Amino acid sequence: MSNTDNENHKSLPIGIKSLSKSYGDVYALENVSLDIKAGEFITLLGPSGSGKTTLLMTIAGFCSPDQGSIYFGQQEMTMTPPHMRGLGMVFQNYALFPFMSVAENVGYPLRVRGMTDSDQKTKIEAALEMVQLGGYGERRIHQLSGGQKQRVALARAMVFEPKIILMDEPLSALDKKLREHMQIELKALHQKLEATIVYVTHDQREALTMSDRIAVINNGRLVQVDAPKALYDNPNDLFVADFIGESVLLQLENSIKGLTLRGKPLKMTNPQPKGGEPHCLVIRPELLVMSNSKDDSLNDLSGIVNASVYQGESVLVMVDLGENTMISVRLPANKSQSSNIIPDVGKPIYLGLHAEDVITVKGRVE
Amino acid sequence: MNIASNNQLEGLNSKELAKARRKEGRLFFNLSLPSLITILIVVFIPVFWLSSLSFFDRAGDFSWENYDRIFQSQLYIKTFIVTLKISFITLFFCILLGYPLCYWLSQLPNRLASILMIFVLLPFWTSILVRTYAWLVILQRNGIINDTLISIGWIDEPLQLAHNLTGSIIGMVHILLPFFILPLFASMRSIDNNFIRAAISLGSTPRGAFWQVFFKMSLPGFFAGTVLVFVLALGTYVTPALLGGGKIQMLAQRIDSTIMLYSNWGAASALGVVLLILAFAVIWIFNRAFGIDKLFMR
Repeated sequence: MSNTDNENHKSLPIGIKSLSKSYGDVYALENVSLDIKAGEFITLLGPSGSGKTTLLMTIAGFCSPDQGSIYFGQQEMTMTPPHMRGLGMVFQNYALFPFMSVAENVGYPLRVRGMTDSDQKTKIEAALEMVQLGGYGERRIHQLSGGQKQRVALARAMVFEPKIILMDEPLSALDKKLREHMQIELKALHQKLEATIVYVTHDQREALTMSDRIAVINNGRLVQVDAPKALYDNPNDLFVADFIGESVLLQLENSIKGLTLRGKPLKMTNPQPKGGEPHCLVIRPELLVMSNSKDDSLNDLSGIVNASVYQGESVLVMVDLGENTMISVRLPANKSQSSNIIPDVGKPIYLGLHAEDVITVKGRVE
Repeated sequence: MNIASNNQLEGLNSKELAKARRKEGRLFFNLSLPSLITILIVVFIPVFWLSSLSFFDRAGDFSWENYDRIFQSQLYIKTFIVTLKISFITLFFCILLGYPLCYWLSQLPNRLASILMIFVLLPFWTSILVRTYAWLVILQRNGIINDTLISIGWIDEPLQLAHNLTGSIIGMVHILLPFFILPLFASMRSIDNNFIRAAISLGSTPRGAFWQVFFKMSLPGFFAGTVLVFVLALGTYVTPALLGGGKIQMLAQRIDSTIMLYSNWGAASALGVVLLILAFAVIWIFNRAFGIDKLFMR
């Protein structure tokens, strides 16, 4: 294993080698290899049915792969039963035992490890303090709010100081505001615990907020593994470009001089890709700039306003470029600037894309 | 608009809305009235009337003699003991057979589980009398089981399977098993697999997770099935009457003979009242033993 150098007493690296799992003739995982560093917060991101949960369950040992191997540090775990893997795990619906109190739930992993009552007590209290639920030990599970249940599930998964913690969409049942708050809290908790965390979500914003690295999974295959900013700015695959951000993909034409957009050469600061293969332009609504007239220093994406949607902090304007192509632009909703000069529906709107903001991806739009 | 005025029933349309709510309440009451009256006429009034008979002697005077007789006669006390014994043995075998079967069914894919549940319910389509006679055919001296065992040489003499306690219990377990399985299955089905996975991922062995988590979470259904089987077993009549061969006298049979042979309604009524109290006592004791009201809190 390559990551043994940064292995320490608080976390373990995970090595996944050519893991495959199929249900009938459908691959849930197809030859997945991934090296997760010790202490890393890695997110498995993908649409539902992409295989991300299968991958997590295979790491946990609840799903047996058809082939491949899993290492925790130096030790191969492929054949180890789940209760011997020493993982902390947080489930989507929390899976807190309803007939136990908060303290009994948090103490469960200590109890099955045969720890004495007094040792348990201090550990439980410390774990509950860690998730800001100190003094809640005697409460029953049904007396807790969603966010508190989530915290208890976290405390239970980390109370025995596992070196690896797995999380299966743990925040998906919370409302938006609480979810965003818990994302920050979870991130801070990770820094305190220093354990390796494998996190599964279908929410790209959640993945971008919390992760050290994101592994994008689609149709059972690992599409791209990168840090959030690298993934957002340099998608290497049409699926990633489309899935991350509110992207619209626009087919670029190839000419002798290079890639062209709507008949004009594409201005970009990155070197133009060579080889004459088809490429797409990734248009993110927040990257477009509106002006009062055509600006020739930018890539021109002007069109006709089709609709505009007020979304509170911003206005999303759908723009018709002609030839059945629709893009959208996000403009700030502050009254002093752009919102009061957004053209009416049916009127032309002048949009440009800076050369620095140009993202291209190999492939053809279907 | 003044918000406070809304609270004082003077707001816009408040009187009409309150009237509409009352009308809806009356409608629901009227809809359930026929069944309430039916239950009153066919359950409560007869039960009270029959119970009241137990407090009068044959001359029609108030007396405790019917109850005195029950607690002083060896015959009646023996009947109570036999009834409780058979009920407990039946319950024991229902749990022994039903719990593993239910666990297996609950772990199957939905479609398969539904199909197999039809087989569990299939016996309900045949009358208890017919099924009991069928058991007689199977269990008697020259029945299918004895014939088969003798022909393959496992036994020389036919086993005494019918016309005794064994026969009664086989028949009762068969008839009452679905009543145990149905609530238990529903209860097990609602246990999310993630609870077991959580327990195992936290370091519990699969066996530990089963007992500490799955079994505990199946207890509400287990309790419902247990009470159902036990209370139904206490009042069984047909099966022990036929498969017991006259040697097994349960409470329901004793009530029957008290009326049919001696036409002593007061004595029969007293037996019925004691049976009813026994059934309630069992539910109460089970509730205390399992602490079930806590389990239902989610």
